Amino acid sequence: MIEGSVWKFGRDIDTDVIIAGRYCNIPDPKELAKHVFEDLDPTFASRFVPGDVIVADSNFGCGSSREVAPLCLKAAGVAAVAAPSFARIFYRNSINIGLPIFEIPDIAKFFEQGQKVRIDPATGLVTNLSTSQSFTAAPFPEFMEKIMAAGGLVNYASERLGGSKA
Amino acid sequence: MGMTMTEKILAAHAGLSEVRPGQIINAKVDLVLANELSAIVAIEEFGKIRGADKVFDPGKIVIVPDHFTPNKDIQSAKVAKAVREFARKHETLYYEVGRMGIEHVLLPEQGLVRPGMLVIGGDSHTCTYGGVGAFATGVGSTDVAVAWALGEVWLKVPPTIRIEFRGKKQPWVSGKDMILYAIGKLGVDGGIYSALEFTGEAISELTVAERLTMANMAIEAGAKNGIFAVDAKTEEYVKNATDKPYTVYASDPDAQYAQTIVFDMAEIEPQVAFPHLPSNTKPISQVGEVEIDQVVIGSCTNGRIEDLRVAASLLKGKKIHPKVRCIVIPGTQKVYMQAMKEGLLETFVEADCVVSTPTCGPCVGGHMGIMAENERCVSTTNRNFIGRMGHVTSEIYLASPAVAAATALAGKVMDPGEIK
Repeated sequence: MIEGSVWKFGRDIDTDVIIAGRYCNIPDPKELAKHVFEDLDPTFASRFVPGDVIVADSNFGCGSSREVAPLCLKAAGVAAVAAPSFARIFYRNSINIGLPIFEIPDIAKFFEQGQKVRIDPATGLVTNLSTSQSFTAAPFPEFMEKIMAAGGLVNYASERLGGSKA
Repeated sequence: MGMTMTEKILAAHAGLSEVRPGQIINAKVDLVLANELSAIVAIEEFGKIRGADKVFDPGKIVIVPDHFTPNKDIQSAKVAKAVREFARKHETLYYEVGRMGIEHVLLPEQGLVRPGMLVIGGDSHTCTYGGVGAFATGVGSTDVAVAWALGEVWLKVPPTIRIEFRGKKQPWVSGKDMILYAIGKLGVDGGIYSALEFTGEAISELTVAERLTMANMAIEAGAKNGIFAVDAKTEEYVKNATDKPYTVYASDPDAQYAQTIVFDMAEIEPQVAFPHLPSNTKPISQVGEVEIDQVVIGSCTNGRIEDLRVAASLLKGKKIHPKVRCIVIPGTQKVYMQAMKEGLLETFVEADCVVSTPTCGPCVGGHMGIMAENERCVSTTNRNFIGRMGHVTSEIYLASPAVAAATALAGKVMDPGEIK
């Protein structure tokens, strides 16, 4: 069960503001996490509490394909992102690396900054604990469920290859 | 029931006789691209795939270090070194500094992407190759790593939105203006998860370079891919680049489109996308007074020889505005050489522009033209997000090479038609 405070964002949050291009030669997600959302709010990284949740409006993660965007959110301790829609590459990347994302129509209208949220990843049930309203995320297609069940795309590929390397 | 060309390419690579939008397929890839920034993460993930000691086919993997190269600092040099060592170890296709170019200018030029191919790349602008009738889409580094191992990618078949441009281009209107106009109408998520198929009289009249420019920015409408029918111009372009074979797929007359959008070329002026979204477009006649500090002409969107010719035609024999810095970045070594032979580089330098070696450089906020606070740039690149080219308060205005060159001369955003 995921439970934490809400960090609210608007629509069309691009991967450049999640992690600026100038940091994209740093491969260590923990180092990148120090600069997450720096260009929108330079204090974000120091204020964000691991386990908290991002609720955003439509088209979250648009722009660059940089996988370091979901990687640094995960490294910063973002427990989940809920939005009405995600840009497609960000969506794939999140599934592939195991950042929990939840697609729920109009979700941004029902959350304010700092409210408490509970998410059951198994059922996709998202509850605003401050208002007691509940929402259900769109189920993932069966194929994506398989990737997630395998623990990400790398494990899925390992299974396909029947490999034994640790 | 008929299929669109996107659906036909996907079906052929999934070993199926037909596919429908929404269907999830496992498709064989003809080419997997990575730049140094996506490759460095992919190499890490590749190492975690149990049983993947070798790449599936070194001849179908291409790595182009173009983002922060020539290495801008020690950290970038370390990344480039690790990527170079991986490419050598696995004997992939690899284009080193001095032999390279910006990936999406380089691959079509080298004939590595051809009609009917299925290409994925660890770079969102991989969708550029729809300009030559390929299915091409951007993915993340884990997808790249898995494709290196398996030679396959999972894809959801996108619905196709047909975008028809009726009529003929007005003076100084280019493919860049047409795609900016379309993104302005669609919004940055108007094409989300979809294929954008560009058709119409004005499209037939575009050069292949302009089609590549348009397909390049399909991602800026949120699309999975942008695609153009293969015609005589495409075939001539591809045959000039390579003698390798290719397959032409055409949309059926009874193909199913999610939507058809018609644009009238009479309505389309040169366009400028204001900060901070590519959809925030205005026609040049409504721009007003916008003073500019810097102009960038180049990138995977507009770094081709045709783009440099247009810019040079405006700059020839003139000096740029005294307070403007103008940075010209030929897309590849070949473009650079051709521009030299045609005297374009001389035109740029005489006009007080700086000419750079091929690099993504300022477009991705790396180097070669980063902005300080409150500076403004007109750029032929593809994104004007907050902080994309430097300081968080700096501003990027996206435009065509013609508008960019006119702006460099005027010191403010300028209609090329006004330059005498």
